[in-house]
Amino acid sequence: MRKELQKYFRNDKLPHIWCPGCGHGIITGAVVRAIDNLKLNQSKVCIVSGIGCSSRAPGYMNFNTLHTTHGRALAFATGIKMANPDLKILVLTGDGDCSAIGGNHFIHAARRNIDITTIVFNNSIYGMTGGQYSPMTPKAAFATTAPYGNIDRNFDLCKLAQSAGATYVARGTVFHVPQLIKLIEKALKHKGFSLLDVVDICPTYFGRRNKMSSPIAMMNKIREMSVTVRSASKMSEEELSGKIVIGEFHEERVPEYTEEYAKVIEKAQGGN
Amino acid sequence: MSKKIILMQGNEACVEGALAAGMRFFAGYPITPSTEIAEISAEKLPKLGGKFIQMEDEIASMGAIIGASLTGFKSMTATSGPGFSLKQENIGFACLAEIPCVVVNVQRGGPSTGLPTLPAQGDVMQTRWGTHGDHPIIVISPSSVREVYDMTIRAFNLSEKYRVPCILLMDEVVAHMREKVELPEQSSIDIINRKYLNPSMSVYKPYMDYDGDGIPPMMNFGDGLPYHVTGLIHDISGFPSTNADVSKDLLNRLMSKIYNNLDDILEYENIYTEDAETVIVSFGSTARSVHRAVYLLRQEGFKVGMLRLKTIWPFAHKAIKKLKQTPVRNLLVAEMNFGQLLETVKASAEGAFRTYGLNKYNGELITPQEVINKVREVAKHA
Amino acid sequence: MTQKNIKIYIDEKACKKCGLCIAFCPKKVYGSEGGKPVIVNLSACTDCKLCELRCPDYAIIVGGENIE
Repeated sequence: MRKELQKYFRNDKLPHIWCPGCGHGIITGAVVRAIDNLKLNQSKVCIVSGIGCSSRAPGYMNFNTLHTTHGRALAFATGIKMANPDLKILVLTGDGDCSAIGGNHFIHAARRNIDITTIVFNNSIYGMTGGQYSPMTPKAAFATTAPYGNIDRNFDLCKLAQSAGATYVARGTVFHVPQLIKLIEKALKHKGFSLLDVVDICPTYFGRRNKMSSPIAMMNKIREMSVTVRSASKMSEEELSGKIVIGEFHEERVPEYTEEYAKVIEKAQGGN
Repeated sequence: MSKKIILMQGNEACVEGALAAGMRFFAGYPITPSTEIAEISAEKLPKLGGKFIQMEDEIASMGAIIGASLTGFKSMTATSGPGFSLKQENIGFACLAEIPCVVVNVQRGGPSTGLPTLPAQGDVMQTRWGTHGDHPIIVISPSSVREVYDMTIRAFNLSEKYRVPCILLMDEVVAHMREKVELPEQSSIDIINRKYLNPSMSVYKPYMDYDGDGIPPMMNFGDGLPYHVTGLIHDISGFPSTNADVSKDLLNRLMSKIYNNLDDILEYENIYTEDAETVIVSFGSTARSVHRAVYLLRQEGFKVGMLRLKTIWPFAHKAIKKLKQTPVRNLLVAEMNFGQLLETVKASAEGAFRTYGLNKYNGELITPQEVINKVREVAKHA
Repeated sequence: MTQKNIKIYIDEKACKKCGLCIAFCPKKVYGSEGGKPVIVNLSACTDCKLCELRCPDYAIIVGGENIE
C-alpha cells in the first residue's frame, strides 16, 4: 500500500476478509483516497456501517468506526450527526443492508437532508449469507433464493434517493475508479444528504450463479454496459435497458438538517 | 425561599428528571401512552441546547440514541409495548457495545397492539430477555410521579456508571396520573457521569478493564483517538473475535459488572414485613393499591406487609432471602399480567413460602379491595 | 513525456490473484505467473495507476522513484 494512505488503514487488520476480486476493496480504497485528497481531519471522521460484507469495511479503516445492526447504519449515523454536527459522517452500506432492511432509514435520512454521505457497495447480492437476491438484483438474475430466476423488479437507488429528497445523487462503478474517487470527493464536500450508488462486483456469489464467475468477466460487463448520464439522456428507454448509467444525477442546495435544528435551538432560547 | 410545588404528570416528571440528570439528546417515535415524553422533550431540550429528533420508526430511535451517546451525549428514548418490541435488537447492541442510554417503556395492555390506552405490566420478562442472547440489563420501576422523576435520574446514573442500557419500566397509570410534586434543587441531585478517558493516551483499547471494576472508561467519537465499535463479539481493542476465551471473558465481564454491584443497583422497599405472615410483592402502580390494602388490612389486624420492588432486574433475590428470617409464610405477587414476576419469586423462595399470584390483565388496575380479598383468601389456606 | 523511471511495486503477500490488474492494464504491462501479476512490459507503463486503483487488496503501487 502507498505510504501516504497507510495512516487511514488499520494495517494490522489487513488482509481483509473479502474474496479475491471482490470490489469492496476497490471502493474502500477509493473512499480513503478521496478522504486523503480532501485532507479531512481523520479524528473528526465517523464511518458507520450496517451488516454484511460491505459493512466490514469500517473495521479496516482508521477512523471513528461504528459497525451497527443490519440496515440501521443511517439511524445510528443520524444520532451521531445530530449530537455532534462537527463530525464528518460516512455510511458504508450494501445493497441489501441499505435498500431492503434499511430502506426506511434510507428514504428518511434523504428526506431530512442530513449531512451524511452514503456509499452503497452495490453488488446486487447478499454476499455474507451466501448469495441471496436483494432489492438491487436485476430481474431474471439467479441467486440461491431465486433458483429459477429473480421475479422481483430492482430498485434504481439513485431515483429512489432523489425522489426521497437526497440533495446529491451519483453513481459510479468499481471499474471507473478515478471517476469514482472524484464522485466521492464531491459527495463528501456536499452539504446535505449525498448518495453514491457504486456498482460493485461479487464474483463469488453473484458471478458464479450468473455465468460470470471471474472478476474479469464481471468487470467487463460493467465496462460494456456503462453509459454516462449525458449519453443516456440521448438514448431511448429500450436502448437503456440493462445499461448502467454513471455520473451525477442530481445536486441541489437545500437547508441541511442539523443547521435547521441549530435554528430551532436559537428560537427555543428566545432568539429569532 | 418558597418551595416549588407543581402538579405534574408522570411522563412530564420523566422528562424533568432526564433533563436534571443531564439528558441532552432524545430520539423517539409517537406511541401511546409514552408520547408526552417525546412532546415535552421536543419543547424543552432545545432550550438547553440539547437535541430532539423524531425518527422514522422505533428501531431508528434506538439506533439514534446509541449514536448520540457515542459522542458523549446522555441520551434517551421512550416507547410502549409494540415500540419496545421493535427496539430490542438495538438494545442488545447497546448491551454488548456498552453504550449508556435510557429506554423508557410505558407499559400498556398487550400482546400486539393490545390495549393502547390502558395499563398493564406485561413487559416484565421482555425487559429482562427481550433482546436475544445472554446480556446484562438494569430495569427500574417507579410507583409515583415524584418517583418517576427520581428514578429517571437514577436510570441515567446507573446507565452511565455501568455502561449498560437502563430501562425505566413505567405503566400507563404512573405515566398519565398527575400528582403534586416538589422537585429537588438541581444542586442537591447526585449526578453520575460515565468514566471518561483522557484522549491524550497513545493507544486506546476501548474495552480494556483499566480500573479492574469491569467497566471500561469511554472516549467520545471525535475526541481524539479513533476506535472501533461493533455488535460482534470483540476483544479488548474493540475488534471482532471468535476466540472462545475472548467470548467467554467478554460475556463474563458484562454480567459481572452488574452482578458484582447488586448492593448498589438493587432498591426495594419493605413495609410492615417484620411481623407479617403474608407479604405482597408488587411494583409500579400496582404497589399503590397494595399499599392502601396493607394499610386497611393492618387496621383489621391482619399481619400483612409489602415488598415493593424498585429495581426489577436484576431481581432482588436478597429481598426474598431476608424474608426467610421473618415470620412470613405467604408471598402474594400482585401484578397486571399472568404472573411473570411470580415465577421468579417462586424460584427465589425455594419453597420457603407458599406463593400466590394476584393477576389482572384486562386493562384495569388491581384495586385495593381485590388485594384485600386475595389476602383474606390466602389467610384461609394458611 | 520524458519521465520514465516508473516503478511498480507488487506486494505479493497482499495479492489474492484476482487478475484484475493483468486483464485491465491498458498497456498490457502485466503477465501472469500462476495467477499473480508479473511485470513483463514496464516500458509501456504510462503511470495511469489504474491497476493500483483497481487492486482490491492494495497490493500495487505505481509511481516514480520514491517507492520503497
